[in-house]
Amino acid sequence: MKQRTMTLPAALLLLAALIAGCASVTKLGTQLGQGSGAITEEQATSINRSAEALEKTFADITPEQEYYIGRAVAATILQTYPAADEPAANAYLNELGQSLAMASDRPQTFGGYHFLLLDSDEVNAFAAPGGLVLVTRGLVRCCESEDALAAVLAHEIGHVQAKHGLRAIKKSRLTSALAILTVEAARNLGDEDLKQLTADFEGSIMDVTQTLVNNGYARGLEKEADEASLAILGRVGYDPRALVVMLVKMGERVKSGGPGFGKTHPSPGDRIGALDPSLANKPVMADPAARRARFTRAVGDV
Amino acid sequence: MRTMRRSLLLVAVLVVGVAAWAAVQQMSVQVRAGQLRATPSYLGKVAASVAYGDRLTVVQKQGAWYSVKDARGRSGWIHESALTTKRVVLKSGSTDVAAGAGGDEIALAGKGFNEQVEGEYKAQNADADYAWVDRMEAMVVAPEQAVAFLAAGEVVAKGGAQ
Repeated sequence: MKQRTMTLPAALLLLAALIAGCASVTKLGTQLGQGSGAITEEQATSINRSAEALEKTFADITPEQEYYIGRAVAATILQTYPAADEPAANAYLNELGQSLAMASDRPQTFGGYHFLLLDSDEVNAFAAPGGLVLVTRGLVRCCESEDALAAVLAHEIGHVQAKHGLRAIKKSRLTSALAILTVEAARNLGDEDLKQLTADFEGSIMDVTQTLVNNGYARGLEKEADEASLAILGRVGYDPRALVVMLVKMGERVKSGGPGFGKTHPSPGDRIGALDPSLANKPVMADPAARRARFTRAVGDV
Repeated sequence: MRTMRRSLLLVAVLVVGVAAWAAVQQMSVQVRAGQLRATPSYLGKVAASVAYGDRLTVVQKQGAWYSVKDARGRSGWIHESALTTKRVVLKSGSTDVAAGAGGDEIALAGKGFNEQVEGEYKAQNADADYAWVDRMEAMVVAPEQAVAFLAAGEVVAKGGAQ
């Protein structure tokens, strides 16, 4: 009887506090769990601690911060891989890319998706965080149709939607940057804080750029991006098999261990092997004349 | 004793349920330009645009889409990627921030990696090609333009657009 008179008002108090919006849901849940004897105090502490620790990962970077990281990563890559100033090709890449991005699992990023052709023969593409996608001439040449180019862009969109670039940032930098952010919540930053934050920013750009240009992602993440590509192609109405066709073509052009995808990606053959085998049984979709004509017009001779 | 335990459990479930409900009733726009659409689909017509930090009241959810109403009474469907359960605070030192205790429930707009930090980075990395990044960002394809692009290429979504 005593338990009831103690716990009910306590629960109602918590309910009131919650409606007033001044307690975190995780903590409330664990307090309640303890109150009703479902979990021990030790378990509750552990749950709360791990909830707090989880918050200091790449997932805690806001879309706005991701936007500034992405801009810097793209600006840095463009130092080595210059942009191709070709309005028709770039306009086409953006129309196609936007049509795919809006059907992705993450159609809205802070600054939106934008696509750019790079003036390089190397077979390569880079997805900077937030949706700045860079594709080389060399990679576009591996595509024999709009559907194949769609497969390439959708793969890059897959990296953006899953925030693969942000995962490359070292945890220590995030922890440092987020600690400064807590200070910043209360007042404007002093010189020292700004210096530290800029150092964390530079380090983060280096982490992401190194991964995109030199180290590549883990195989699992590439598989995830290929699967995202298939899903997006299917939703929009492009031929998912075009990804395989493109990979076969890429296999003829890329040397394992060579520059670009040869260095940063699993071999095209391995990537095909990792795809859903039922893909091979799907009928090849038509490539209408209007689609073929505009593809040839825009990127036929990149 | 058993009924007592059961009623306690009921209260607990109720409170946690209310917690989840209270947390999602109001959401904030976390992107620069959020799109309110007439239907819960990427092919839905864009009816209005909402800005970073706008608070939206959730009416219902369907898949990845929220039916919402903004402070001006405009309503529509918006994709979950445009929203956060956190309150987006546009100014530092405000009372919202003080009440936020630790920042779990709030997101600070314009703080952390921001324009100022980008300026510092640019100063130290003069070769970084921000000019092309800006040109790239100026290449904007409106949703209706993308829909027209797909139609012109006879790209037809099967099984309905989600």
